[in-house]
Amino acid sequence: MSKLTLKTEGDTHVIVTRRFAASPEAVYRAHTDCKLLQQWLLGPEGWTMPVCINAARPGGKFRYEWKNGKGHGFHITGEFIELKPYSRIVHVERMHLPDPSPDNHVETNFEPDGAGTLMTMRMTLPDTQTRSTMLATGMEKGMEASYVRLDNMMLAAA
Amino acid sequence: MLMANHPDLNASFAALADPTRRAILARLALGEATVNELAKPFDMTQPAISQHLKVLEEAGLIVTRIEGTKRPRRLSKPGIEAMDRWLAMLRQALEKNYDRLDGVLAAMEKTK
Repeated sequence: MSKLTLKTEGDTHVIVTRRFAASPEAVYRAHTDCKLLQQWLLGPEGWTMPVCINAARPGGKFRYEWKNGKGHGFHITGEFIELKPYSRIVHVERMHLPDPSPDNHVETNFEPDGAGTLMTMRMTLPDTQTRSTMLATGMEKGMEASYVRLDNMMLAAA
Repeated sequence: MLMANHPDLNASFAALADPTRRAILARLALGEATVNELAKPFDMTQPAISQHLKVLEEAGLIVTRIEGTKRPRRLSKPGIEAMDRWLAMLRQALEKNYDRLDGVLAAMEKTK
């Protein structure tokens, strides 16, 4: 049983939800503290995040760099727009592959859910084509939150 | 770069960016249909539907059968399955991040 849900909404949004067996405070910290981020935001096996710089305040910038130890790497840069401990993070980000991708606007909310936390991430891409491209590239690394399950279509095709 | 390794998938995702094409696929999931049959519920002209079908066929998501003067379309199982596998893989990569986060959170709890 998977705890993760992924779905598209409208033409430009992607919604990801996930439950965690920890408090909103802990989950929020794991999303903003580099020491913690470097332990989990890694994608497929073999990748590491040697560079994690973030100024976790409204207007603060961040930069995350990943490497796979085989000469491949890429990075994400972005800015925090809103930080509301321990319930909400709003930021924009772009992947550099090495050309920058269009901005992905991401709202992440953490709410108490029983003894744990429900995380809801809502991404907004500039247009449908960008969302499609993101699916075919960014997600392959499993770094960017991933985004589409194309629920209806896959159900229909099953 | 990555997309170059997966030209068909890239075309598949691009084809799905359009809501009418997604609706056509949902209709075809119920069984094959001709252009006329497809044009009716969408309130679109036959050429407009044909254009969408062309995109879907080039993306490997549907195939055409020839039956006399009819050209019924149906879903391409290999095309749909390739996409399904791809999405499952992406989903697993994301799950991997969050499974690791579960471990990080458990460790944070212990050191409190």
